[in-house]
Amino acid sequence: MDPTALLLSRLQFAFTISFHIIFPAFTIGLAAWLTVLEAMHRYSGRPVYRTLFEFWLKIFGVAFGMGVVSGVVMAFQFGTNWSVLSTMSGPIQGPLLSYETFTAFMLEAGFFGILIFGRPRVPPWFYLFSTAMVALGTTLSAFWIMVNNSWMQVPAGYVLQNGQFVPDDWAQIIFNRVVWVRFPHMLLASYLTGAFCVAATGAWYLLRRTYRAEAHVMLRMGLALAAVLLPVQLFIGHLVGDYVHDYQPAKFAAIEARWHDEQPASEVLIAIPDSTTESNRYAISIPVLGSIIGSMSLTSKEVGLSSFAPQDRPPVVIPFFAFRIMVGCGFVMLGLAWLGTWLGLKHRLERSRLLLWGIFLSFPLPWIAILTGWYTAEVGRQPWTVYGVLRTADAVTPSLTAAAATASLILFVAVYAFIFSFGTYYIYRLLRAGPAGLGGRPLHVPVPNRPMSLADQVPASHSYLEAGE
Amino acid sequence: MVMFWVALLAISILIYLLLDGFDLGVGMLFGLADGEARRAEMLRTIAPVWDGNETWLVVAGVIMWGAFPVVYAMLMPAFYIPVVVMLLGLILRGVAFEFRGKASRSRRIWDVSFTVGSFAASFMQGAMVGALVEGLQFSNGEYVGGTFGWLTGFSVLCGIGLCFGYALLGACWLVRKCEGPIRDATRRQIPLLAVAVLAFLVVVFTHALVEHLPILRRWIERPYLFVFPLIGAGAAAVLATSILRHDDYWPFHMVALIFASAFGTLALSFWPYMIPFVVTIDEAAAPHASLAFMFWGEGLFVFPLMLLYVAVGYRVFRGKTAATADHY
Repeated sequence: MDPTALLLSRLQFAFTISFHIIFPAFTIGLAAWLTVLEAMHRYSGRPVYRTLFEFWLKIFGVAFGMGVVSGVVMAFQFGTNWSVLSTMSGPIQGPLLSYETFTAFMLEAGFFGILIFGRPRVPPWFYLFSTAMVALGTTLSAFWIMVNNSWMQVPAGYVLQNGQFVPDDWAQIIFNRVVWVRFPHMLLASYLTGAFCVAATGAWYLLRRTYRAEAHVMLRMGLALAAVLLPVQLFIGHLVGDYVHDYQPAKFAAIEARWHDEQPASEVLIAIPDSTTESNRYAISIPVLGSIIGSMSLTSKEVGLSSFAPQDRPPVVIPFFAFRIMVGCGFVMLGLAWLGTWLGLKHRLERSRLLLWGIFLSFPLPWIAILTGWYTAEVGRQPWTVYGVLRTADAVTPSLTAAAATASLILFVAVYAFIFSFGTYYIYRLLRAGPAGLGGRPLHVPVPNRPMSLADQVPASHSYLEAGE
Repeated sequence: MVMFWVALLAISILIYLLLDGFDLGVGMLFGLADGEARRAEMLRTIAPVWDGNETWLVVAGVIMWGAFPVVYAMLMPAFYIPVVVMLLGLILRGVAFEFRGKASRSRRIWDVSFTVGSFAASFMQGAMVGALVEGLQFSNGEYVGGTFGWLTGFSVLCGIGLCFGYALLGACWLVRKCEGPIRDATRRQIPLLAVAVLAFLVVVFTHALVEHLPILRRWIERPYLFVFPLIGAGAAAVLATSILRHDDYWPFHMVALIFASAFGTLALSFWPYMIPFVVTIDEAAAPHASLAFMFWGEGLFVFPLMLLYVAVGYRVFRGKTAATADHY
């Protein structure tokens, strides 16, 4: 094993998965929202829902495309860079990820084409069904990914045989407590991402005094959803913390920057952890709160990092700060969502330009929260790749050379930077142009004075759909 | 159970070859077409289905990992560079579908990235098959052949061969889906591509004879394998006559049949090995608990559903692609 190849493989995995998660985080929520819009248009007939659907569908298309292509990489990277992990955990992780592909990817891919191109070719109910199937696919994908990752965090239901993790209880692997707090946590995070992007776009239009009707719908729906989901998310986040406390005490100690056992334990709000002296500099802490958060008790003893052998300790700085940034983002979003919803109910939102600016500029917050949340979970899991059983250093491909790993990392960074800058630029341009900028797509309304050559190409099944608008 | 997953892996790879094969092929031919109208029309024939087509690559990949983890963990490191380049190629061509329509001045970039990405992915897939046929160095279940162990004259030849093969499949797809100038221009390309594929097959076979590739012995031991080349030859004959008769429907199916027979030949001459002469199917298989878990859910119920999605998708977008409809 080449230590440089190990480091480069870790960097490459971190980079490619961080890049990838940006898109599913967005499209899971957006697909659900598109389904709601299409259903509301179908049952209320209000054209604003249809306008918003067509508008967000274009943005969904770009983001989904980038999510798909960056996701294909993940299916192969386990094998190329982590072949020991692939051999050992293949009997468990392989089936889980194959369920993801079978139940989610094919569903998404099959109906995505209909979503983008198929409206003129299918009956309206089938179009709504296709939208719902894409949304279901993105959700199932998130489910299997969380099952898979949770097994790496808290391995369960297996026996070690001939150097492989052999499953002996699939129910344990899939339906354990950890999965059922982490999956809702990720799903809600995705819905919040969608909600905040929609609300931020609405705020942007109101600030620019354009698309007033659409902006109000976007703000109202986005903020109301966020206002309801955020408290639930904070509660589930607390449950996620409970599993870390119970199953991964070293990670928990790192998040809390607790170097030594304490009874009762204090809670470090903010500090600069220093691993050389095993202490915190400039710490602001609250006595006893650490025990309350960790064990819901005023007297409990909480474990510190020095209780673990140095080779079994995770890094402290990244989990410590990443966790605090995530929680901070959560509270800022909660404040914005509640204030915005309240002012919206009193019809004063449009005049509160400061708050509109706040909502507009808040769109990166859910992504920052998702990325820092994952950094807390994944960096905090170190030095293990399968917690407590397989070290990251032992999981890397033995034959991988530093040169090959350098080349692939440079290529991934270059190509991803290239497509990311263009992709975000195109999305920005679509958002700036707004719903009226649908230019490229002709609305197939059969208008008498239209040249017959064009009208003829509109399939009959489509014309009545538009007739109401 | 093991047999079921071998069969499903083989079927998935074959479906991938045929489906992504034609859209990668269209991607390569796209570089030859001039004029925005033609390019846009070519793209429209594959835009609604490419995502599903490419998903079969992931299907094959995860079946391999779940059902045959040892093979997955041996082959991926051996093909480190080709897999990475293939993935980057697929990324560059995949985003081009969406980006192209959104771009104004930068459209040219995505035209290039679409063509180059399609070439890179096709070439690397061919090269990997070639290297697998020729043989890779393993020791104690680990790849030891070096970063460029896969890169030989033969694997390069197979890479080029697969590019021609996919381009031929793509050309037949365009003939099937298009009308007017594109169909006529593409129809003229088919004989050239078909001859190139034929020449490639002759060279590969000669190479196998000259180099005494171990795979050749299988052919002598198992003469029934010659059924597949015979099917391929028959399909080639029907292809030739259907091209001469200016038929739009049959060429695609005949090339697909040629692909299937080539794939069948290769797969059965490997049998019972998964990595030729190194790892057998039984040695590579995951524990029964894994195979059974996959079988009772995704194998028995979800796999037929996946075939249904594919069928629905192709049925919705059946027939000739109209010249102006469906653009977004």
